[in-house]
Amino acid sequence: MRTDLMHGLKALLILGALLAAPGGFAAGAAGPGATDWQKWTAGNKVTDIPSLQRGAAHFVNYCSGCHSLKYVRWSRLGEDLRIPEGELRKSLMPAGTKPASYVISSMPRADAEGWFGIVPPDLSLIVRARSVDYVYRFLKTFYVDPAKPLTGVDNLTLPGTAMPHVLSDLEGLKLAAFRSVGGEGGAPVKQFVKFETIAPGRLNAEQYDAFVRDLVNFLDYASEPAQAARRSLGIWVVLFLLVFTGISWFLYKEYWKDVH
Amino acid sequence: MPPVANSPGGASPPKPGFMGWLNKRLPVDAFVRSQLLEYFAPKNFNIWYFFGSLALLVLVMQLVTGIYLTMFYKPGEATAFDSVEFIMREVDWGWLIRYLHSTGASFFFVVVYLHMFRAMLYGSYKSPRELLWVIGMLIYLALMAEAFFGYVLPWGNMSFWGAQVIVNLFGTIPGIGPGLVEWIRGDYGIADATLNRFFALHVAAVPLALLLLVVLHLVALRQTGSNNPDGIEIKEHPGPDGRPVDGIPFHPYYTVKDVFGVGVFLTIFALVVFFAPTLGGLFLEGPNFEPANPLSTPAHIAPVWYFTPYYAILRAVPDQRMGALLMALSVAVFLFLPWLDRSKIKSIRYRPLRYRIALTLFVIAFLVLMYLGLQPAEGVYVILARIFTVIYFAFFVFMPFYTRNERGRPVPSRVTYHAH
Repeated sequence: MRTDLMHGLKALLILGALLAAPGGFAAGAAGPGATDWQKWTAGNKVTDIPSLQRGAAHFVNYCSGCHSLKYVRWSRLGEDLRIPEGELRKSLMPAGTKPASYVISSMPRADAEGWFGIVPPDLSLIVRARSVDYVYRFLKTFYVDPAKPLTGVDNLTLPGTAMPHVLSDLEGLKLAAFRSVGGEGGAPVKQFVKFETIAPGRLNAEQYDAFVRDLVNFLDYASEPAQAARRSLGIWVVLFLLVFTGISWFLYKEYWKDVH
Repeated sequence: MPPVANSPGGASPPKPGFMGWLNKRLPVDAFVRSQLLEYFAPKNFNIWYFFGSLALLVLVMQLVTGIYLTMFYKPGEATAFDSVEFIMREVDWGWLIRYLHSTGASFFFVVVYLHMFRAMLYGSYKSPRELLWVIGMLIYLALMAEAFFGYVLPWGNMSFWGAQVIVNLFGTIPGIGPGLVEWIRGDYGIADATLNRFFALHVAAVPLALLLLVVLHLVALRQTGSNNPDGIEIKEHPGPDGRPVDGIPFHPYYTVKDVFGVGVFLTIFALVVFFAPTLGGLFLEGPNFEPANPLSTPAHIAPVWYFTPYYAILRAVPDQRMGALLMALSVAVFLFLPWLDRSKIKSIRYRPLRYRIALTLFVIAFLVLMYLGLQPAEGVYVILARIFTVIYFAFFVFMPFYTRNERGRPVPSRVTYHAH
């Protein structure tokens, strides 16, 4: 979040400097019809249990083939997301695992390195490390790039990512339109303008958005399973402390009546 | 005067029962009397005087939560990061204890910085309290070491790279530098051996030093008595009974007042612990949720906010050795404050405008450097860091001159106090 804030502040500063500078250079920042993907926010709610349940299913269907949640146990997940053990075993857990096991991808490390060049990262803490908005933007900014021979796609949020667009059958495929602008020192810089869908997927834009929101909501939960409990307990602790502080104020005033 | 002050200062008649038995063998009552009931503090303390007792509260909280964390934390390259996540997810109330400890670290510095600023406002470092200030500064240095070692323990990527940067600073010392760095790390890089010794220092060595220094700080305070917002000595105005007329017994007056301060403090503290434990990356940084990785440097290496003023000074100097030296000086210079400030007037209430301006500029420089230390060292940030580094040091270097022969407003002989 802080990095977002800093980037925001920096962008503002740069924007201000550009606007103050003579010439029409500033118009390049965001022209008409441009997609302002850097401002997208996930808007998820970790207290929304049905959303978390959908997100867990999405994770199992689309992510867990490659990515682990090595700090999350199936049993804890079932408990927090109110999924009965029978249902958990039937539709989420891989065959042969125990409820007390951690959510581990079945992909062998050596194969992963062979296929993608890297081992897909564990996602237990991805939201804490990068922010929920980052993961949300990452999943929504894949675009077709023939220059990438291995996956055929690149990503605006994480340029050069080794990850294929796993959700392309849902989202469809889109092209990214770029334009060249003069960068610092005169070298032209590729600047993103907008997306253009070239092959629709099984979901329309709103449905895909909801899908990604549920998925990142689940990852948000997984990065700190205690966060809902933390907030709900916090309300009572703060209320108690306010009462305590109020009483201690009157006690203080009462004692200090003697001091002249 | 309060009823408690009516009890005679001399020996009270021996008590019957257990307390009598105990007091014959251990001076419990005498200690309470001398340290609380008949320890007289100026009656005009204002809000700035809460932070000493709050620092003590945070110290105790850090010790208690720290001991609990030690029961589950496993130092070691292969285990540290996992054990912290184990605490966060699987230990009963582990997340709460860890957040209390991590938030406590930041609040320790909040409270200590305000406590130090109080001393600068009211001249609390001046005679006869120079040693009290010096011991306090040693506490601050120990606290910085404690915070640094503790920050390395979760073994996140920022822990690793932060340790790398800080430890390498010792390498800039001419001659012994490279050997010293290796000796500190116990290896050719920041590694398992480093983590284990930092753990030992964090949980045993530095806390012991801190406790000893805090006791010395309190003993020195008892010797001179507290300063106050008017910067005058209440001992110079004893009443007919020999007690300072502007003093009141610490207990119950300041204990009950401090309880209120504790309430306000804990409310703010709880708001952070329960609703924003990372405080937007300021108290717990995003990159530190990725395990230590010697092959992947975080985009911006920055220490936690409480070290950033000094970090900004380090980076403001183009030469690394000079930067490290200047950074060390920027911390150490506080030790000499009692002798740099030559004004006879203690409290800012009665000091002339030029000192007020100097202190204001210093505070601005400290805060701006704090912000700059969090930013990447590039472009306008570097220029700003240089300007404010100069202001920072000018405050100290020119102090003997702009505080000489100060003529301020007349200092009253009795403290300013408005009854409740």
